[in-house]
Amino acid sequence: MTNLANDFGIAEPELIDRPEKRGRLGILFWVCVAWLGINIFGAIFANVLPLPNPIANNYSAINFGPSLHHLLGTDELGRDIFSRIVYGSRISVSVGFGAMFIGFGVGAPLGMLAAYRRGLFDQIVTTLMYVFLAFPAIIAVIAVLSFWTPRSLLKIILVIGIASIPLVYRVIRAATLSMGSRDFVIAARVQGATDRRIIFRELLPNIAPVGISFLLIGIATVVTLEGALAFLGLSINPPQPSWGNMINESRTLLSQNIWIAIFPALALCLFLLSLNYIGDRLRSYFDVSEVKL
Amino acid sequence: MTTREAGEHLRYADLAIVRKKQKGVAVIKYVARRLVLMVGIIFVISVGAFYLIHLLPGDPATVILGGGDTPQARAALYKQLGLNRGIVIQYFVWLNHVLHGNLGTSFITDESVVSTIKSAFPIDVEMIILSQILAFAFAIPLAMRSAQKPNGRLDKTASAGSFTLLSIPPFIIIVFLVLIVAVKLKIPNTGPASYVSLGQDWVVNLESMVLPAVTLAIGSFVLYYRILRSDLISTLQEEFITLARSKGISRRRIMWRHAFRPSSVALVGTAGVNIGGLIAGGFVVQFLLQIPGLGFTLIDAINQSDYLLVQGIVLVISVSVVLINFLFDFLITIIDPRIARD
Repeated sequence: MTNLANDFGIAEPELIDRPEKRGRLGILFWVCVAWLGINIFGAIFANVLPLPNPIANNYSAINFGPSLHHLLGTDELGRDIFSRIVYGSRISVSVGFGAMFIGFGVGAPLGMLAAYRRGLFDQIVTTLMYVFLAFPAIIAVIAVLSFWTPRSLLKIILVIGIASIPLVYRVIRAATLSMGSRDFVIAARVQGATDRRIIFRELLPNIAPVGISFLLIGIATVVTLEGALAFLGLSINPPQPSWGNMINESRTLLSQNIWIAIFPALALCLFLLSLNYIGDRLRSYFDVSEVKL
Repeated sequence: MTTREAGEHLRYADLAIVRKKQKGVAVIKYVARRLVLMVGIIFVISVGAFYLIHLLPGDPATVILGGGDTPQARAALYKQLGLNRGIVIQYFVWLNHVLHGNLGTSFITDESVVSTIKSAFPIDVEMIILSQILAFAFAIPLAMRSAQKPNGRLDKTASAGSFTLLSIPPFIIIVFLVLIVAVKLKIPNTGPASYVSLGQDWVVNLESMVLPAVTLAIGSFVLYYRILRSDLISTLQEEFITLARSKGISRRRIMWRHAFRPSSVALVGTAGVNIGGLIAGGFVVQFLLQIPGLGFTLIDAINQSDYLLVQGIVLVISVSVVLINFLFDFLITIIDPRIARD
């Protein structure tokens, strides 16, 4: 009986119930999750938290170092750096999640459908996506944003989000392709399951791990791109703070006050590091073979 | 040898020749397919670059001319862009000019866009070449060392370090390099606006290129190291490596002569995509250090609303990126012709 069951790929019940050996996520993983949580919390509740006005100049407190009164010091106009960093996280968080919302909203369904249906539809969409993938997103984004004036946060999210669609499409399509020919999908089809059922009940849960880890890495990529745009002065306009434009403003003041460069840079790097680390850990946790990003 | 055996030998020999011919055909077919795709991509780019002008709010001519809105300038612009005609015809008028090497004349600087780009482009090329020499010089030996003892102390340190570097964007690296090297250590010719052209003084030129090259090299190094390391680790488990080892070939020779080539396909592929991206990544470095390459010129043009120059630079950069990608695709088929066959 046991042999027969094994021949058909049906394992003994206790074998199914035994949790798979995966190792643990590790303490660093949870530290990164917590840090990400703090950042998102700060971004959402920045105007409720007891913070000084991030755009109010105070000429009696210019270029102060870190102190109890100004946790991370003040900049060349006497504005509180800590408060500006918390408010600045709003830009990074909303661009990160907003752009990826667009990217996944369009790219993921298209990728799944193309990989599931194959045929002409797949060929046309994939060729189109590869055409758009062929040149670096930053050029397209800079080009569109420099002509499509005046710039606003919504436009930036929209442009970066659209630019990310081909990337998401490629990853999700590859993941679906690798799942589509597995036995359990064929079994479902043999049993007469509808396409919708196969896509949502069989394929979706299995490509979700790849999707989630790519989502995090994608957010990091998009936040970096917005940071570079802000550094070049092509993102939202000062005095509204973002991490990128704070670093931009600090570049001429490096010899006077290094704190205004260090803190926003640190905030951005830690944010990116936790996103990348969580994404990377999740990928190896779910034992997904490396999907090329 | 019986006749039958001889016949079989002959057949195998024939087969080998046929296979060899097929291999050549496969590569040509592959390259031809890529070439068609590339032409398609360049067509899409040209449409995109052309249409940029129409993203401008209001009448494009008024916005492009800005303060220099004289009847003569307006007539010249209309002739250049064919603005008074239908949009499809406009595209072909514009394309015709572009194919004849005419990207228009800037109404801000009164210089032809092509000559501005011609003087800026070599700076990007120099920057990228220097950075790639640095990146490969460090990534390849380090990846080999790491792969020889996976999970050893060196491997762990280098992997953790490269993962951290992955999360530091180039615009932060360059700010801190400038802060340390130019501001704190006060090393001459490394700070902003210290660029001198190669022809003028090559020593100063190289000095001013150190920070940009290092910044771009760090990003490339991380990519190349990670890719090559994981490929080498899997190659070193192959049987032909065990065979080479059992023949007593030195470890060094095994790494360079036996393991490197089969492991370098993904590396070359990544390098192709990355070098294309570096043209774009050079923007932030040039912007901070005021090096008059394409990136600096582009940002300057955007800030001055010099739209024809922006359009020209976007077109030139996009097309060069596509050409570089194509070149590297071709290079991969030389390293591993099997890729062309599937």
